[in-house]
Amino acid sequence: MTWETVIGLEVHVQLSTKSKIFSSASTRYGADPNTQACEVDIALPGVLPVMNLEAAHLAVKFGLAVGAEINRRSVFARKNYFYPDLPKGYQISQYEIPIVSGGQIVIEKNGSQKTIGITRAHLEEDAGKSLHEDFHGMSGIDLNRAGTPLLEIVSEPDMRSPAEAIAYLRKLHMLVRYLDVSDANMQEGSFRCDANVSVRPQGQKEFGTRTELKNINSFRFVEKALQFEIERQIDVIEDGGEVIQETRLYDPDRGETRPMRTKEDAHDYRYFPDPDLPPLQLSEQFIEEVRNELPELPDAKKLRFIDQYHLNPDDAEQLIISKDTADYFESAVSSDVGSAKTVANWINTELASYLNEENKTIKESPVSADMLRQLIRRIQDNTISGKIAKEVFKAMWAGQGSVDDIIEQKGLKQITDNAAIEKIIEEVLAKSSAQIEQYKSGQEKVFGYFVGQVMKATQGKANPQQVNTILREKLKSSSGR
Amino acid sequence: MALDPQTVYRISRLARIHVDASEVERYATELSSILEFVDQMNKVDTDHVAPLSHPQDRVLRLREDKVTETNQREDLQAAAPAVESGLYLVPKVIE
Amino acid sequence: MHTKTIKRLCADLNAGEYSSVELAQYYLDRIQRYQSINAFVTVDPEFTLSQAREADKAIRKDKHKPLTGIPIAHKDIFCTKGMLTTCSSKILSNFVPPYDATAIKKCKDSGMVCLGKTNMDEFAMGSSNETSYYGPVKNPWNETMVPGGSSGGSAAAVVARLAPAGTGTDTGGSIRQPAALCGITGLKPTYGRVSRYGMIAFASSLDQAGTLTQTAEDAALLLNVLAGFDPRDSTSVEESVPDYTENLGKDLAGLRIGLPKQYFDEGLDPAVEQAIQESLKVFERLGAALIEIDLPNSELCVPCYYVIAPSEASSNLSRFDGVRYGYRAEDYEDLDDMFMRTRSEGFGPEVKRRIMIGTYALSAGYYDAYYLKAQKLRRLITQDFEQAFERCDVIMGPTTPTPAFELGAKTEDLIAMYLNDIYTISANLSGLPGISIPSGFVNRLPVGLQIIGSYFAEALILNVAHRFQMETDWHQKVPEGFAV
Repeated sequence: MTWETVIGLEVHVQLSTKSKIFSSASTRYGADPNTQACEVDIALPGVLPVMNLEAAHLAVKFGLAVGAEINRRSVFARKNYFYPDLPKGYQISQYEIPIVSGGQIVIEKNGSQKTIGITRAHLEEDAGKSLHEDFHGMSGIDLNRAGTPLLEIVSEPDMRSPAEAIAYLRKLHMLVRYLDVSDANMQEGSFRCDANVSVRPQGQKEFGTRTELKNINSFRFVEKALQFEIERQIDVIEDGGEVIQETRLYDPDRGETRPMRTKEDAHDYRYFPDPDLPPLQLSEQFIEEVRNELPELPDAKKLRFIDQYHLNPDDAEQLIISKDTADYFESAVSSDVGSAKTVANWINTELASYLNEENKTIKESPVSADMLRQLIRRIQDNTISGKIAKEVFKAMWAGQGSVDDIIEQKGLKQITDNAAIEKIIEEVLAKSSAQIEQYKSGQEKVFGYFVGQVMKATQGKANPQQVNTILREKLKSSSGR
Repeated sequence: MALDPQTVYRISRLARIHVDASEVERYATELSSILEFVDQMNKVDTDHVAPLSHPQDRVLRLREDKVTETNQREDLQAAAPAVESGLYLVPKVIE
Repeated sequence: MHTKTIKRLCADLNAGEYSSVELAQYYLDRIQRYQSINAFVTVDPEFTLSQAREADKAIRKDKHKPLTGIPIAHKDIFCTKGMLTTCSSKILSNFVPPYDATAIKKCKDSGMVCLGKTNMDEFAMGSSNETSYYGPVKNPWNETMVPGGSSGGSAAAVVARLAPAGTGTDTGGSIRQPAALCGITGLKPTYGRVSRYGMIAFASSLDQAGTLTQTAEDAALLLNVLAGFDPRDSTSVEESVPDYTENLGKDLAGLRIGLPKQYFDEGLDPAVEQAIQESLKVFERLGAALIEIDLPNSELCVPCYYVIAPSEASSNLSRFDGVRYGYRAEDYEDLDDMFMRTRSEGFGPEVKRRIMIGTYALSAGYYDAYYLKAQKLRRLITQDFEQAFERCDVIMGPTTPTPAFELGAKTEDLIAMYLNDIYTISANLSGLPGISIPSGFVNRLPVGLQIIGSYFAEALILNVAHRFQMETDWHQKVPEGFAV
């Protein structure tokens, strides 16, 4: 039997606010345990929540960016359950009426596009952390994270493979960063993913029984966890069993999923509207203001790059991977649209590999967009060759100065004097009678040997075009001899 | 609506309130009498009434995103039953 | 000295008749002498006297505010920085808050002196003060009787003149009912008028802090201190705060008093009814008109309340889990067992019952039938009042169906106990302000008259009460054993 996979994703995005969603404690990551857990966060008797405007602002920004409906009135509800890292014994979330309903995200799939529906996005507070190191058989609770604002983005079950799920996640990840809604740092847990997975025979309309996978917090794990779970479910069914609806935990060390040990009755969350928080009401004016501040979104930017800079879709796709990369590109091109293709190549290959090598973001690049533009100008005005340019780039990366300083200091200026090049070529040919014979006998590729020798003699500084032209002439005339 | 012992145990687990076998009957009787009393609500038809969760149907006031809280760990943890290295200690958490 | 009102004490303090320290010491001595009524959970003379010394300093430097130096007893539901705050529960029996409730802070900032923390029903769940972990409060009029609840400690302290004033909270009648049963003035303001921050939550959409005093005039003085917007409470209102004493004494001619026919039906003790009718005549003499009104859903207030309050409470009390503060069970098998034993050992029977009922009402499959249904009823009940206030300015009736009953008389009959609040609960469901004032005696026990106003009409109901107190002396009666 052929099986079809159905995947829906729930992504928790930590919103980039300075203070928590219901208290004025800091959300900064990495502080000493419980130093950023104020009386509200630790749920002292008598304390009350007060909602952070910025959290609403960021949620609306996201909603508008995915073409969703912004609910003018949304309601905070309490989700009741006991857990030591949940200080109030309930999580303030949104249940019946979330702030954002609907919307969509378009993913690329083998060159074509697929639209993934978004069901809803709602505001809620994060829980603290249980540290499982052993304190004499006890666990330690750190509530610094408790109360950090989250936007839970729930997709429709529209994905049909782990690859689609990854594509959706990458797109979402890119989008929230574009919007400055979240830093989406997966290592720090500000972009976390749960997946609902089921399988069904190809062609069947009804969904199969799904399981919920928790704790899949890197793109790599998502793929592995989904793959494992899909195969597990198919095995269960093919062996005559039934998939049980349950929550499963992905164990990255073992590369497998296993049922969580929480008891089933824990899932009666007894949601009800939080009596401490009247409904959140948003004015048309507020929503319009947020709409006006939306940046150009990745999809639109890509189309514009293709159109305005005559880039091919692949190059454009790579450049819009982050807002910083796209900005870098545009800044490096500046008004010289003709250089766009060259700039794109430099960013997507040379710069990308340096950044990758040193694990730096483009913002941290020692070679600024301005420096790259200077470099490319020197290629275009024949001051240096493309090959030499790589050497100059390396020097700039190492902080050895500006383009012109480096060219000057290292004497890398290109040799463009015809007479000088001719002289060097003659010297090379004089030492290469054997190769000339080969060339004459029709071995065209020996031409490359001559070019190499010339470049070697000039330390790569000879203008390649001129070398080619003169070399061809010389070889032609020598063949007539 | 009369509650059976099983329901009492289910609620007791949800509410994390330990109920001894010797107490179940009493809980079942008391809770049932309260439920029977509140069932009077059904005398009134409320099909087309919107629920009221806050007096005067107020709306939420929003706070500016500013950090004003400083580290009060020492004061806040003075009341804690068990603390070590700034962490609240609890019996082992198993996921 | 103990019969003096706040107003009188203020005048004396400012005139230098005695110091705040002397005044505080005087009341501390009375508290010590009359311990048998069990009105206080915590008294810390040094804490009290140091505040009194500060007050004296302010008065000397002429930097005082209207109530500087006046002692006050706080219900043990308000968090007091550095002073034990138990909510009369074992689960908080060791809890010393690191912060002050907004109401407490406002009293402090105005120079008032905290006499101690008063006994109450555990987590304010009760109408007789018998659910307290620290034992029941006794009614000073007859120590075999209940003082009412849940603010029974504050009410008993004020009528026994162990404090010139007390704070309380009212979720279903917890200020007005004990005020009635003890024969003092108890004011529950409009929901949102006084901040709930730092007041340990019972039912968040119903809870409201207020005052227990000898007179309506004192209530106005105290409300001037307590009322106001608090940015830490999202349900606090930004409505401006008038001077509540400004209108006191204004003529009542033409005042329309609505009398809900449902508040005078068979549930009401005839002797209480008679006392109320006598009081209404006073208002007629003052030029007010009595109008019968209809609150058709009155009968459903108590059932509605016993869904909403326990539901909210079941969630509000989840934070008491033995992790960050308060009691933790000593013996347990694992984490879950620690939660369960901490809570079952830490909470008393009534609290556990209400948590269980609330949990059930919110649980899957029952939410619509209970919680949602109750919220819809709540709207109908509120609309009844809105319509009534089109025809009248204030609503009057008995605060309670009977005077104080005997300790233990209703502890076994839950529903009978719950029905004590039959006339008070509606003001909580609708969020309206209400006041109970002494209006006679039945069998040597006080009777309370309740006056309900429309939203933010505290000034009006205070004046109506004040005018009544100018004509009567019920509020000046002191129980025999406490007269000296």
